[in-house]
Amino acid sequence: MRTLTGCEALREALREEMRRDKTVFCLGEDIGVYGGAFGVTRGLLDAFGPERVLDTPISEAGFTGVAIGAALAGSRPVVEIMFMDFILLAFDQLANMAAKSRYVFGPHAACPLVIRTPGGGGRGYGPTHSQSLEALFAHIPGLKIVAPSTPADAKTLLKAAIRDDNPVLFVEHKLLYSLRGEVPARASSRVERLGKARVVRKGRDVTIVAWSWMTELARRAARDLAEAGVDAEVVDLRTLSPLDSETVMTSVARTGRLLIVEEGCRTGGFAAEIGFQAFESVFDRLDAPIRRVTCPDVPISASPVLEQAALPSQTAIAAAAAALMTDEI
Amino acid sequence: MRGLDECHAYRLMLTIRCFEEKVEALFARGLIHGTAHAAIGQEAAAAGACLALRRGRDYVTSTHRGHGHCLACGGDARRIMAELFGKETGYSRGRGGSQLMADFSLGFLGSNGITGGGIPVATGAALSFKLRRARRVALCFFGDGAANQGVFHEALNMAALWNLPVVYMCENNRYAMSMPVERAMAVSGIAERAPGYGMPGLTVDGNDLDAVYRAVTAAAQRARRGEGPTLIECRTYRLSGHSRGDPRCYRTREEEAQWRRRDPIPAYRARLRERGLLSADEDRRLRREARDIVRDAVAFAKRSPAPDPATLEQGVYA
Ligand SMILES: Cc1ncc(C[n+]2csc(CCOP(=O)(O)OP(=O)(O)O)c2C)c(N)n1
Ligand SMILES: [Mg+2]
Repeated sequence: MRTLTGCEALREALREEMRRDKTVFCLGEDIGVYGGAFGVTRGLLDAFGPERVLDTPISEAGFTGVAIGAALAGSRPVVEIMFMDFILLAFDQLANMAAKSRYVFGPHAACPLVIRTPGGGGRGYGPTHSQSLEALFAHIPGLKIVAPSTPADAKTLLKAAIRDDNPVLFVEHKLLYSLRGEVPARASSRVERLGKARVVRKGRDVTIVAWSWMTELARRAARDLAEAGVDAEVVDLRTLSPLDSETVMTSVARTGRLLIVEEGCRTGGFAAEIGFQAFESVFDRLDAPIRRVTCPDVPISASPVLEQAALPSQTAIAAAAAALMTDEI
Repeated sequence: MRGLDECHAYRLMLTIRCFEEKVEALFARGLIHGTAHAAIGQEAAAAGACLALRRGRDYVTSTHRGHGHCLACGGDARRIMAELFGKETGYSRGRGGSQLMADFSLGFLGSNGITGGGIPVATGAALSFKLRRARRVALCFFGDGAANQGVFHEALNMAALWNLPVVYMCENNRYAMSMPVERAMAVSGIAERAPGYGMPGLTVDGNDLDAVYRAVTAAAQRARRGEGPTLIECRTYRLSGHSRGDPRCYRTREEEAQWRRRDPIPAYRARLRERGLLSADEDRRLRREARDIVRDAVAFAKRSPAPDPATLEQGVYA
């Protein structure tokens, strides 16, 4: 099968959706001639022209709000926020307008909008260019959140996000852009619905739940664990909202052990939500306390030494899963 | 010029240039990581503005392109370089990197990774000066791109309304990353917006150190007299790429060559030579000094220790 990088896969999704649906257009900073800070929109300006690949001034609050207006009026905007950290400037527009319009104004006020944004660390970009903020958004009803971990998912889920009638926050991990993976060549006519997790590795002993780049790390850790005789099951959430609790809990009920991996900070993180849901629904099936590996409650430093110390690592994940095997309730 | 030590100003520009060129070279050689934005071509704006302030008393907020601003405020090249190397001896002890360093003892309130983020902060520093009846001034560097953030509007409105001692110093270098100014705003310049807020606005040649110095001196005096904020737009050009790995596909090599002919440093050198303020020997000496400062900074950064991971969780709260 053909392989693509995450970046190429996302670009292909944008291309196909823009070709299929004339109401889809992209807007954001430096997405035209420059092709986006990470190159995702490269070539789209030539293919679709400046009205559908719209370079904006540096006005995140403004152009996110503009995209919401366009969505309410019948377009399907795909916004690029250059770094996830900058989405905080547009938080109000997303939380107070986009997320609430369908509920408050009714079925005619759907807001079919996608916010694509690179999240996560690992590149030495420092405190304001490395954050994983999806947990903040998971707290807002009305927003969907997608965070793919493979090029294939990046493509199919972005297509699904664009076709979805809700505002969707689409988190693209910076390390996904250069990750290579198999992506079917033929544009599948079947488009997924958002909200399905995927078991990326079957296992009997412990369930590791992750999303975005943490899934890739969990998968690698699972290989190490296998060598140590621990058979880990890795569940990739793929979407945080809606959350596929069923797939997660079915797995946990079977393995009896749950480890959640989150790149974002610990307190108030999304791992806490999953852990508590497990407590609510499969408590009697747990053989060990729930564990999580997260970033501690600190900003991400520019210094590679501190950045690596803060971010969850393959070894930390493997160690936590191994420790779960000897934990008892 | 009154109050200005021209040779010092010239050496400062040389130091900034030398520093930024070294940063680009270190990135190219993979010796520093992450990202950094060089201000090559914009030295006159940084130096002219900061030299017009009272060091340590007045405050300066900076941008993502802040190494030069920090040096111009009297910042230590060693600690800036060490920060770029992510070392414990850096201004932010490796926590901030290129876009987040500060030296409060010099009134340098910090560079900022969020475009436009410093604009309200400088305004707030000015508010504090006013409330404390201090005859001090806050100067806010920001780019042409930052002028399109919502906070620009909100902050300038408050500054004019409350008559705050702040100088808004826009470095219009023609581009925000790949976005030319004329595609980002419908008016022909940032200073044109000043009357809309009820403050004076002026445009100066940002590649002419003396012109910048004069404009900021006047604006700072005005602010100290309690007459309120001023918006100054410096027309300049970033001769370097936006950041590491910028292919510069959004502008022509001819345009760059044209601006290279207006490079602020040779122009200033010629002016000082013409006025008899700088001999050939002195020029050589100043250039050597600038190179030495940067070479020493790199050596310092290289031999400095990395932060201790055991300290990771310290210092989040006061
Ligand atoms: C809120 C926010 N949006 C976008 C960026 C990415 N970014 C960094 S610098 C820059 C261009 C800034 O242009 P300008 O203000 O003109 O300053 P210059 O780079 O020209 O010095 C952009 C888009 C950012 N750092 N913060
Ligand atoms: Mg600019």
